[in-house]
Amino acid sequence: MTDKTMTPEDVVRRLRSGMTVGIGGWGSRRKPMALVRALLRSPVTDLTVISYGGPDVGLLAAAGRIRTLIAPFATLDSIPLEPHFRAARQAGAFELMEIDEAMFMWGLHAAANRLPFLPVRAGIGSDVMRVNPGLRTVTSPYEDGETFVAMPALRMDAALVHLNRADRLGNGQYLGPDPYFDDLFCEAADSAYLSCERIVDGFKGAPAQSLLVKRYAVTGVVESPHGAHFTSCAPDYGRDEPFQKLYASTPWAEFAERFLSGPDEKSYQCAVQSWHEERT
Amino acid sequence: MTTNAVRVTRAEYCVIACAEAWRDNGEVLASPMGLIPSVGARLARRTFSPDLLLTDGEAMLVGPDGEPEGWLPYRHHLTMVTGGRRHVMMGASQIDRFGNQNISCIGAWDRPARQLLGVRGAPVNTLNNPVSYWVPKHSTRVFVPKVDMICGVGYDSAAAAGPSATRFHRIPRVVSDLGVFDFATPDHAMRLVSLHPGVTLEEVRGATGFELAGCEEAAYTREPTTEELRLIREVLDPDGLREREVAR
Repeated sequence: MTDKTMTPEDVVRRLRSGMTVGIGGWGSRRKPMALVRALLRSPVTDLTVISYGGPDVGLLAAAGRIRTLIAPFATLDSIPLEPHFRAARQAGAFELMEIDEAMFMWGLHAAANRLPFLPVRAGIGSDVMRVNPGLRTVTSPYEDGETFVAMPALRMDAALVHLNRADRLGNGQYLGPDPYFDDLFCEAADSAYLSCERIVDGFKGAPAQSLLVKRYAVTGVVESPHGAHFTSCAPDYGRDEPFQKLYASTPWAEFAERFLSGPDEKSYQCAVQSWHEERT
Repeated sequence: MTTNAVRVTRAEYCVIACAEAWRDNGEVLASPMGLIPSVGARLARRTFSPDLLLTDGEAMLVGPDGEPEGWLPYRHHLTMVTGGRRHVMMGASQIDRFGNQNISCIGAWDRPARQLLGVRGAPVNTLNNPVSYWVPKHSTRVFVPKVDMICGVGYDSAAAAGPSATRFHRIPRVVSDLGVFDFATPDHAMRLVSLHPGVTLEEVRGATGFELAGCEEAAYTREPTTEELRLIREVLDPDGLREREVAR
């Protein structure tokens, strides 16, 4: 069997500027932050990012890597407004395809099912139609004759997700209460990269329902403890609230210099650790 | 049965007004956004709407004691939305006379003066399940003649979009720190239903950027019962966080 383990650097070497990249998780929850940080250390830019947005969007926006964002929101959850996303939007720094949460989900389902679109009762009547003039409607061919938005497939070149456990083949297990949409992200992408807290030799005794991501939909596996930091990765760890507050209140250049200028993920984790030690 | 001994605070009237939104809703998910709606939903569940479903704010359905009774991750939550078995009380950065709501941005969408959350689930919510709104600080900045970005669909916008939009569209009520409002007028324009005790008609009119219907016949928001007040103060919000959301 194929061993798919790789480093964050191996992952971003496979990404190219101009690609469409989906990022799993939700808000400031279980984001593949180690992979996003690797992306920030690479020259890859001009991305179309598809995300239920959190600090992944904020970081990439602040670093000027986003050409187009497809999202229903960007939030840090305990801090409702993502400051770097806000700043970039207010500066007109990228294009936005602003769609509803359910439209987004149906876009993922369409892509995973190789359909050009799926009908959804959402969008019509709202300004989502005004700000996305490319959206089309479809009329039911049955007796009801209802009109729906034809939500286009959100097909991706690559998806990045973070789960609690994975094996070397690319099977992924989540241990928290919510799968979010990570399996759909993987199935909606031409290649998918799964980072995890720990690589395991197998899932003996695991509840079957926790085995969320299947290896056929995964290209590479990265073991990256604390790889979702500073977002939550329940039950392994909660959100690092003090650090998130720091992220949200520190000028971008200063934050990037202190935490993101090192050569690898380890240097980030060390910088975070020393910051915490200084506080106590 | 009213409580005369202890003064009922504005925040507590707001809790009662929010709780009333879920009266007679049956076995649907009460989705409150914000602290006071959350206390209101749990109050309704413990008193006059015992069949309501509640979440822990994450992926679990929980009983009144917080014990899990079901699993509701985001994707299933969205199914409850489209299936209609839910009544959400959302926030509103802006809301207009016909119930159009904005939480996305202030100013031109192309380059907003202030970027807010984004449309979130407001478009799908409003077309599929009843959507009420909670505004903790009633002002002309929130109650505007026209919202900058329609996220939650109002009655006029739904009508213009056609039968697929109106089929399940309903905005039962808007609760603010000043009063309770609905759209039970011939043209579905916002109507004042009740003032919270202590609020004057002039105050509401002055804080609203459009003409309100119902000002002549408006009542006062009802008093909490002794038991409701006990639940709010001792069980649901013993730390008095509600007084921080609405201070008066």
